[in-house]
Amino acid sequence: MFTYSLLAGLLFGLYFSLIGLGLNLIFGVMRIVNLAHGDFVMLGAFLAFWLFTLFTINPVAAVPVAFVVLVMVGLPLYYLLVPRLLRARDPEMLSFILFFGLSQVIQAVTTIAFGTSERSIPGDQLGRALATVLSVFAGHKVATGPVHILGQTFPASWVVSGIASGGAVLLIYIYLYQTRLGYLTRAVMDNRDEAIATGIDVHRVSALAFGIGLGLAAVAGVFAPFMLGSITPAMGAEITVTAFAVIVIGSLGNPLGTVLGGIVYGISYMLMQSYFSTWANLLPYVLLIAILLVRPRGLLGRQVRRA
Amino acid sequence: MPRITRDILLILLPVVGAFAIAPAIYSNHLLLFNFIIFMTLAQGINVIYGFTGYLPFGYVGFFGAGAYGFSLTVMHLQAPPLVALAVAAAAALALGLILTPLFRLSGAYFSIANLAAALALLQVVSNPDLESITKGPYGISLSGVFNPTLAYAAALAVLAATLALVIYLRHSHLGMALQAIREDPISASMAGINVVRERIIAWLISAGIAGLAGGVFAWYVSVFYPETVFSVEFTIFATVFTLFGGTATVIGPILGVVILYGIYNAVGISTPQYFQLIYGALIVGLVLFLPNGVVSLLQRRGIYVP
Repeated sequence: MFTYSLLAGLLFGLYFSLIGLGLNLIFGVMRIVNLAHGDFVMLGAFLAFWLFTLFTINPVAAVPVAFVVLVMVGLPLYYLLVPRLLRARDPEMLSFILFFGLSQVIQAVTTIAFGTSERSIPGDQLGRALATVLSVFAGHKVATGPVHILGQTFPASWVVSGIASGGAVLLIYIYLYQTRLGYLTRAVMDNRDEAIATGIDVHRVSALAFGIGLGLAAVAGVFAPFMLGSITPAMGAEITVTAFAVIVIGSLGNPLGTVLGGIVYGISYMLMQSYFSTWANLLPYVLLIAILLVRPRGLLGRQVRRA
Repeated sequence: MPRITRDILLILLPVVGAFAIAPAIYSNHLLLFNFIIFMTLAQGINVIYGFTGYLPFGYVGFFGAGAYGFSLTVMHLQAPPLVALAVAAAAALALGLILTPLFRLSGAYFSIANLAAALALLQVVSNPDLESITKGPYGISLSGVFNPTLAYAAALAVLAATLALVIYLRHSHLGMALQAIREDPISASMAGINVVRERIIAWLISAGIAGLAGGVFAWYVSVFYPETVFSVEFTIFATVFTLFGGTATVIGPILGVVILYGIYNAVGISTPQYFQLIYGALIVGLVLFLPNGVVSLLQRRGIYVP
């Protein structure tokens, strides 16, 4: 039971990191709070659902599509909303309200387009993708079915989602630490004014970070039908809160802290589910408050904030 | 005539008077009651956000604490409604006191932690394990004290008291001190303002207002679920009304509620998703083009707005 909770927590933790990563990237670069984050996750989920229903495209193949589509949405959205917002007196607070409005617009449009009924993708789709990939490597046909790790059995969809999330986090790490644009992005995160003074095109860097943030949300959305249950237009709010818990535990504004936050969150969630199931839903909130009060900078935070 | 007396005569009395005679002319009693509740909550948000700059995203936690404080007192102690209302305010104040450490956090951190606190409270009261105390997720029914007329009067009294408080804050030393803290806490403390104490006073006033509003809401509707009184929509509606009108004024939140909640009731009930769309777009436009609310249209021209 304990090993099972620990391993399941790790898989979910990787997935939760992916959920929080986009939100944290946007907060880190622009110091604004994307309260519509969960709604972009929802859009990703609907995109995967329609690609599967209309063209029987496997969700794994939908990942790059969802990412590119949302990056394309994010770039113009950035120029439409953010520069004006950043000129206001208190952008951090106002962003809360602005993106709440955006979240309402997204929910309303999705409800008008698709209705409020719950939708899902057959659970074995990710398992099939895994079996196909494994067959190529093994050179013979691998049967689909649950995956065995350290004597425990997990649904294949959990394993695929966990691995894919880990991969996405790794790609963001490479982007931030190995590419020139990532280097500039980190400069803007560190000190926006000095970055402007150095001649960095802050708006270009920020717009890209905004797009990537939304793209990551959409990728998390593709796996949402397998990890979070059926999808509805109203599912976003709860995801936003979870994403907040994850990134605050890690540390706000530090994308890599998100991974630690996600894993701490995932494992404690699974342990609560196993041992005190009726109280498990309380966990994200209590963890969030406790960490904010004890270590306001998060587990990996370094910078001192004005309090 | 002192400004406080003038505002009471020109703002408080007309608003309260209008709501007092409205049930005689307009038959939708519940709608009028909701107007009163939102006006009270918008002013409560105004006290804490408008005057101190802290945006409490979990403001509904106080409302819910008040509603449950009221209901549990009535259910378990068979107390009369007015005693239960006092308990409702006390419950919200106690929650406010417990949450004062959150002021160590700034900006978005405060809002997020406050939201988490409200959601945590919802999870506790709706936990099936506590069914014997809170009725868990199955909701509360207070048929014994059901009396819409009296509850309406109580709500009106709460609104009047709230408006009086905000008028006082608008013109008093405390209100000035709070706005100074909002603009620059360090300079304010150098000018001899006790930053921590004044902030906590504003916080507790704001919490108490929401607690009383929650108490009269529980009394009026008398049957509700945990999700009803802890719905984040209360916070969001009240915040948007306040912002739309204009913060740190008496008249701003009143205008916000009358205009926006009026539109909501005109078109929102029949086609909720279209209303949600308009509403969301309105919020986005508001933040981008009119961040200081409709009263700023007058203030920009140098006209004084109470």
